Order: sequence, then structure tokens, then C-alpha cells
Amino acid sequence: MNKLVSISDCSKEDILNIVNLAEQFEKHPNPHLLDGKLVATLFFEPSTRTRLSFETAVQRLGGRVIGFSDAATSSSSKGETLHDTIKMVSNYVDLIVMRHPVEGAARYASEITNVPVINAGDGSNQHPTQTMLDLYSIKKTQGTLENLTISMVGDLKYGRTVHSLLMAMRYFNPTYHFVAPQELRLPAQYPEYMRANNIKFDELEDMNPVLPVSDILYMTRVQQERFTDLVEYEKVKNTYTLRSSMLESTKDNLRILHPLPRINEIAADVDDNPKAYYFEQARNGVFARQAVICSILGMC
Amino acid sequence: MSKKELVVSALENGTVIDHIPADQTFKVVKLLGLEECSDQVTIGVNLGSKKLGKKGIIKVADKFFAKDELDRVAIIAPDAKVNIIRNYEVVEKIELTLPDEVTGILQCINPMCVTNKERGVETRFHILDKKRCTVKCHYCERIINQEDLILK
Ligand SMILES: [Zn+2]
Repeated sequence: MNKLVSISDCSKEDILNIVNLAEQFEKHPNPHLLDGKLVATLFFEPSTRTRLSFETAVQRLGGRVIGFSDAATSSSSKGETLHDTIKMVSNYVDLIVMRHPVEGAARYASEITNVPVINAGDGSNQHPTQTMLDLYSIKKTQGTLENLTISMVGDLKYGRTVHSLLMAMRYFNPTYHFVAPQELRLPAQYPEYMRANNIKFDELEDMNPVLPVSDILYMTRVQQERFTDLVEYEKVKNTYTLRSSMLESTKDNLRILHPLPRINEIAADVDDNPKAYYFEQARNGVFARQAVICSILGMC
Repeated sequence: MSKKELVVSALENGTVIDHIPADQTFKVVKLLGLEECSDQVTIGVNLGSKKLGKKGIIKVADKFFAKDELDRVAIIAPDAKVNIIRNYEVVEKIELTLPDEVTGILQCINPMCVTNKERGVETRFHILDKKRCTVKCHYCERIINQEDLILK
């Protein structure tokens, strides 16, 4: 890999390589592999969580960071094109990490520069390092990525993390349960894809039946603004809230993932349950990003 | 000559594109750049067709297109038939084949796509399903069905 723009570009080997490297970085978090290297973090829209995770990853590897955290503080606020910003920054750095509200921005950037590009989110399209950290979290908690039962709950229509994760896991013989209100079901292209590729899945509106059989419960935000009908939102919002009492008859190895931040889809009483994994999942992001950075720069 | 054949005048030399779905006819005209063409162009729409119900036909005098130019027509008119005419005779029938990808012809329907937001980015689409002609934007990865395709 010489860039990471979309999870759909990643082979099974790419994914396994990143996941295994992330494990190494968790064991040895501070190898000086990026000594003397300069990384740009170009955040054309703010995302403190993702930016801090990337910058921590770079600094732990011994590299240095330049960039901006908001388009308002960058030259793009003066009307500079994405093209020109990328060309300018390419003169200075060894790697570009970029987040941009425009979909396809990272792909385009990667085509106009020789500097490797990592997509840190392009609108509602892709956020591949989030997927890598999800995959690493699954591997770490289950010991394998193969043959798992994964239930995805909440907003499956707009949730890009859901779409990327389900595509990335396609290599590993998963069984999926998709739980969502009618209005927020998976876009038709995904069921079509899974049918064509013999991936086992079903779609439900109630999460209770999937709880006892799941290895991974991937929760997502159900946001009010996604509903055209607010009555519908009021009806479903509590249906998609996970509470600690619901975890009683679940498998011992079940872990609950959530891309964070959450709203009310996971009740606070779940936080103390040993099956809650979402805070550690966020911590895994730094290891996964160290792995992606080093792999793209050919450092390991 | 029968009455039916007279609906669209006969061609001495040139290219006939037949069996275009009636509502796609003017898109094909645009796609082939015939709006700016100085050759004689005859366009027939809403002609009767056993297969399509209503079809369109385009005849361009003294013009012979490159294969890849014609293949683009398959994006909006997959069943179109192309005949090359010389001296009033069909001398060649060209089968259209959809390319694996198309650049610069279609416009992405996603308003947030970089091809619509940043100037100077040429559009590029991968053909996912050649039968149904669904395409995927190379940049924003939006999948677009044949009926929603927009020509630039
Ligand atoms: Zn697009």
C-alpha cells in the first residue's frame, strides 16, 4: 500500500498486515521509526478526536507534525483550491493525512501528489483508519477475524463506519445481523452485494433476538436529524438503546463496539460491564494509525 | 422504397445509429458531439419499434466514428445498433461494447462529490454492471443506476 484512501482498495493481506502491525505497536508503542520525518495533518473540517489520534500516532513514532485543524485557519479560507493546497504542502512533508467535507477529496489529492495520502474522512464517504481500528478491536477481543457473528445496530443507512466495516469483513466469512428502523436500513447496494457473494446476513428491526448469538455488537448513533418523520424518531429512539440488563444471556466473548461519540444508544450502566469495549476501542485507534502510517511509508 | 423507410431519408455514406430508446435520442446526439457537427445529421424520434415500443434513430452523413466514441453510446443506449453505410449499402454492423470505465462524459449526481466541488477535476466512473449499466464514481464512490445518469 502506498496510500490509504478507501477501505475498498484494501486486500485481505493489507488488512491482516495492518492488524498484525497494530498488535506490535501496542506491545512496543514508541519505536523511533519516523525520526526526521514530517507529517501534515490537513483538517479542512474539524475533528479533534481523529486529529489527536493521528498526531499521537506520529509523535509516538518519533515524527513531527505540521498542519491545520480547521479550514478557517488554512489558506483554503482565502479561496485556494484543494489542488493548490496539496501541491504546496507536498513540497514540505513525507506524508499527508487529510480530512475534508468533500467526498472523493482524498482520492483526488492522492492523484495529484507523489506524497502518500491517508484519508482521515471525506464527507460521508470513507474513513478507512476508523475501519482499521474497528478490525483491530475485533481481532484483539476475539482472537481472530474469521467466522464471527457481527450484529450492527442503529443507523445503517448513513453510518459510513458500518458500510466500511461490513465491506472489510467480507474476506473473513462473517455472519451479519443488521438491526435498524425501517427508515435507516442498509442502502440496497449492500444486501445486493452480500447476496451476490454468498455472505450470510439478515435484517431485523428488533435487536433482542441477535443479542444471545453475537460475538460483536456494533452500535451506532440514531440521530434525530436523519428522520423525515419525528414521530417515527420518538418511537424508535429507545428501541435502539442498549442497557446492561440486556446483556445477561449474551455470550462471554461478546464485546460492544461503538465509533463514538455516543448519544443515548448505549445506557451509562453498560460502561461498567466487562463486555463494554468502546473506550478501549478508541485507544486502539492510535495503534492502528501507527500501523497504517508505517505501512504506507514502507517503514515496516 | 416503402413508405415506412421514407420516414427517415436514406443515406449515401455515413453512420446510422438505430434502436435508441426514444427518450435517450437527444442524449446520444449530445454524447457524440453532433450539436456542433457540420455534417448533415438526421434525427428521428418516437418512431415505431417492435422491440422498444418507441425508438430513436440518428443518421450522420459522411461521418465515421472511432469505436471508443461509439462505445460511449452504450452507456445510455445499450441496445443501439450501428450501421456503416457506403453507397447506400450497409457495409458494416458495429456491436457496441461498454468500456470498463468512462472519463469526462458523465456528471456525478452527488453534489458533495469533489468533481462537482473542485474546479478542473475530470469525472471518472467505473462500470460495475455491464448489463444494467450501473456505475460507480471513482471519487465519491457513489453508485449510480442507469436511469439516473447525467451527461456533462
Ligand atoms: Zn462522485
